[in-house]
Amino acid sequence: MDKFLTDLGEVFSNPKYLEEFAAGTWETLYSTVLATVLAYLIGLVLAVLLVAGEEGGVRPLPTVMMKGLNVLINILRSVPFLILMLFVLPLSMLILGTQIGTAASIPPLVVAAAPFVARLLETSLREMDRGVLEAAQSMGCTPFQIVWKVMLPECLPGLASNFTTAFITILGYGAMAGAIGGGGLGRIAMNYGYHRNNLAVCLVATVLIVILVQIAQSAGSYAVARMDRRSRSVPKRRGRKKSA
Amino acid sequence: MIEIKHLCKTFPTSEGEFHALKDINLTIEDGAVFGIVGMSGAGKSTLVRCLNLLERPTSGQVVVDGKDLCALSQGELIAQRRSISMIFQQFNLLMQRTCLKNVCFPMEIAGVKEAQARARAMELLETVGLPDKAESYPVQLSGGQRQRVAIARSLASNPKILLCDEATSALDPKTTRDILRLIKDINRRLGITVVVITHEMAVVEEICTHVAILDHGVMMETGRVEEVFSNPKTEAGRRLVYPDGVVIDRLSAARVVRIVFNGGSSYEPLIASLAIDCGVKVNILGADTRNIDGQAFGSMLLGLPQDPQEAAKAVGYLKNQPNVTMEEVRDYHG
Repeated sequence: MDKFLTDLGEVFSNPKYLEEFAAGTWETLYSTVLATVLAYLIGLVLAVLLVAGEEGGVRPLPTVMMKGLNVLINILRSVPFLILMLFVLPLSMLILGTQIGTAASIPPLVVAAAPFVARLLETSLREMDRGVLEAAQSMGCTPFQIVWKVMLPECLPGLASNFTTAFITILGYGAMAGAIGGGGLGRIAMNYGYHRNNLAVCLVATVLIVILVQIAQSAGSYAVARMDRRSRSVPKRRGRKKSA
Repeated sequence: MIEIKHLCKTFPTSEGEFHALKDINLTIEDGAVFGIVGMSGAGKSTLVRCLNLLERPTSGQVVVDGKDLCALSQGELIAQRRSISMIFQQFNLLMQRTCLKNVCFPMEIAGVKEAQARARAMELLETVGLPDKAESYPVQLSGGQRQRVAIARSLASNPKILLCDEATSALDPKTTRDILRLIKDINRRLGITVVVITHEMAVVEEICTHVAILDHGVMMETGRVEEVFSNPKTEAGRRLVYPDGVVIDRLSAARVVRIVFNGGSSYEPLIASLAIDCGVKVNILGADTRNIDGQAFGSMLLGLPQDPQEAAKAVGYLKNQPNVTMEEVRDYHG
């Protein structure tokens, strides 16, 4: 206990630690944001294909292709994340020329998260009211217009809410990546806390991750509430003008 | 003109094929307000979805202004759909768009310039009486208002045909009348052919010029509303036109007759004159009478007196009335 308190004092007084934590937080943030954006884009395309391409969808695709896509996503989702990362690290080598560090953890994060994001967004898109799709078809929308101008905008609140979920999940993945050479708060927690038995550093790193998650969730929920027009209780643009 | 020729639609189910529509033949003239009525499950919705190919017929043709829709390419079909608008029971507005943006939508997908689309959308919102709701979101509107926005949206593409799929079934009676009046008005002023799908006969009475009765995927009868309503020829037609059958008093009538008014006549004078001219008193067992375009239609169930002579006198009198047809009801159970 004494050691823990001394370590904790050290964490807050030694500028070396502060720098370390600042850098770690930044690394965690940028790798998570980058990985989330990339995984989200890939996941969104896959989700649209899954929903629009199925039998009876907006633009049915060959059954073989849909089956293949489903199996691929299921396989990628069932491989444990750490193992998948090890498999994908050569990809980082290919793209970035290194397997170690924050940047190197991004490609594995994307590959690991994209299928998960695809399933997440698939459920959002499936909430789409079929009647509205039918109305769009009856108006002479092309399949692309239905996806781009009807499905995506109408599902925006759900899609945005799942962006937050994806971000937080990838933040967690990124912390794990610290164990196998990734950067960020996860690495700090592993290196000091686990390898050098410095629980104080481990705790502070964990608390920082928790804070990041809380901020992300609050910001995400707020943004979703702002863009959701389906509920009467939401602050509307007109309301804001009045108070301004 | 819409011509439906030998239209069949089957759906595969786990218990084999389900025949939703069986050999439907129908012609809908330009400018008509054509009602398609039937109980739920009769195939009405499937039929109307065949008119813009939201459902592809299994066999048969849907010919709109000389063009067989089933023979069109995907691109041609999309163009054709822009001249056939549709409104729905659940309105199906885009909930994330303002009303104005909803009305703009059909123009947006057709590539109309934004400023032009907005101006036209404002005009249309005025047409349906909601200019002040332009910047509101659909969730802020009542059901009737949402349907008005949907109607404005359906007019945005300058359609020649408007399909209404149970468009008033989710609305209260007053709002229903307002919406029907609006649809009728649009039909008269813009000359748009309207096809109305409904299970409510009141809707047909209110706005339709022609009607077709659909039962279990078969078209039972069709014609002008007053013809079909005054004297439904089929059992399905009678079920729809007189849904409650008859409302009854207990009485000791030996014979019961149904008289049908075919317009031009009214009820009370007939029964009164029967009493005065023949001295025969009949018992009104039930009546379901309607007023269509100022003319009297409907039926009345009469219990004739016990005395066979008096009963015969009454029958003879009723038979000679113009605009009235009479039939004996043999299986009447009071």
